[in-house]
Amino acid sequence: MRIALIGFGSVGRGIAEAIVHKNLDLTVSGVADSKSGIIDPAGIDMRAVLERKRETGMCGEEGISAMEIITSADYDLLIEVTPTDARTGEPALGYITAALRRGKHVVTSNKGPIACAYHALRTLADEHGVQLRYEATVCGAIPIMQALENGLAGNDIRGIYGVFNGTCNYILTRMADERLTYQQALLEARELGYAEADPTYDVKGIDAAIKLVILANTVWGLSTTLDDVDTTGIDAVTSDALELAEGQDCTIRLIGEIVPGKEILRVSPRIIPKSHTLVVSGTLNAVMVDTDMAGKVTFIGKGAGSSETASAIISDVLFIRDHHVKRT
Amino acid sequence: MQVSMKLEMKDAPGQLVAALTPISEVGGNIIAVIHQHDPKHLSGTIDVQIMLELPEKNLEKLIGLIRSKGVTILRIGEERLLIRHSIILIGHLIHTDLTDTVDRIDETGFAEVAELHMVMPAITEPSSAKITIKSASEADMDRALDILRDVAGQKQLLMIETMEDHA
Ligand SMILES: NC(=O)c1ccc[n+]([C@@H]2O[C@H](COP(=O)([O-])OP(=O)(O)OC[C@H]3O[C@@H](n4cnc5c(N)ncnc54)[C@H](OP(=O)(O)O)[C@@H]3O)[C@@H](O)[C@H]2O)c1
Repeated sequence: MRIALIGFGSVGRGIAEAIVHKNLDLTVSGVADSKSGIIDPAGIDMRAVLERKRETGMCGEEGISAMEIITSADYDLLIEVTPTDARTGEPALGYITAALRRGKHVVTSNKGPIACAYHALRTLADEHGVQLRYEATVCGAIPIMQALENGLAGNDIRGIYGVFNGTCNYILTRMADERLTYQQALLEARELGYAEADPTYDVKGIDAAIKLVILANTVWGLSTTLDDVDTTGIDAVTSDALELAEGQDCTIRLIGEIVPGKEILRVSPRIIPKSHTLVVSGTLNAVMVDTDMAGKVTFIGKGAGSSETASAIISDVLFIRDHHVKRT
Repeated sequence: MQVSMKLEMKDAPGQLVAALTPISEVGGNIIAVIHQHDPKHLSGTIDVQIMLELPEKNLEKLIGLIRSKGVTILRIGEERLLIRHSIILIGHLIHTDLTDTVDRIDETGFAEVAELHMVMPAITEPSSAKITIKSASEADMDRALDILRDVAGQKQLLMIETMEDHA
């Protein structure tokens, strides 16, 4: 199976590393970043691309654009890993749409297009008889989509609760464990590369809210948008508050919840018993699925990172190859 | 009437059942049983807190029956507000009249503030307070929390609610 890889940042390079170092039997026929691109139907030497990107900041040649690769190169599956725009979904939305129209499978880690336009993209994929998968958009390495779709098939999903943002979880963990102020913990998270220069998306709860939108729309078929999520961040949480929670053997975590039966769609800091399964440390994510037959099932794992996110992407790619691509 | 009792009994099979059977014999209903396995009890006894509802005239009879099973009643009291829920408020709690915030719950008649624990840093910094509310039922608790959410919204306070233990 031939792959076009669009976006060559942290995640894109993680995917390239996996293809180089592991025997996955995947061929890459096109790669692009924001300024350059490379096309070779016979298969691109990914080791060389990684090196060129490291040395020059470009993965290919100027003058070959991402859209050109998507619309004209030979490939079976598009891996879309460009930056997220939660409001417009662009540039990913345009890229994914173009690939689906050409009858190409799509795998993405980009929350933007899935949160903004899931139903339209799903319809387009169905019309063209191709797959659209997005495991990496929610909880990074945790195979939550695969679990909901296959592992828990036949269950009624009553609700999903979780720690969906590793940055917030890191900050709250450090505030609780070391009595750091919010500002000190945020600074530390930045220094360690866990928080962006502009941490708004994370600390205001928006990133977690986008993931709830994706789950609400894909698991329950709802048509929610970011504005439907009752969202409160962690930026006003004090270390005193964490100490007060500690007094009753609890702590504070940013919890996302969807319970369609009770019309709950909410991200908010919560007092939570320390013994609760969702209380995880550092940058970990945790997600609990409440079902009618299986009861409560909880997944814990890394929510971000280069190889962790690549893991989710590769798993989607192999799933499509093994289940949906006609072998020749 | 609703009554809460703290019982002390031997940590042996059948003891709890023996202590609880008299309740239905006097026409009572058990609302909650809370075990307190306290490792400090070297005597091999356990404490159990029970909440029950029964006709007031049968209380004396029940006390006699429970004692006759060899169970000690450590404490007994009428309890109207059994449900407890803690929240944390963060913001300018004094400037926004904390007394009024508490009164808004107390004046409902169906819920009251049982505990308030406040931490105040420097005067300009937001303060944090843990407030424990008591009410007679879950429905009343929901109403009380709704009021508090409104108040928090009006006074621009961050209200952190407790997540129930789903585990
Ligand atoms: N990092 C994680 O742990 C993680 C986890 C889950 C999901 N995600 C999602 O995965 C996606 C990629 O994340 P990342 O961390 O790899 O981001 P990143 O490091 O910022 O990389 C983004 C890549 O996309 C390229 N790009 C930007 N605009 C483009 C355009 N218009 N056309 C083509 N390529 C373009 C960039 O090009 P240049 O190299 O030229 O700048 C860069 O190579 C994001 O949507 C992110 O939200 C990331």
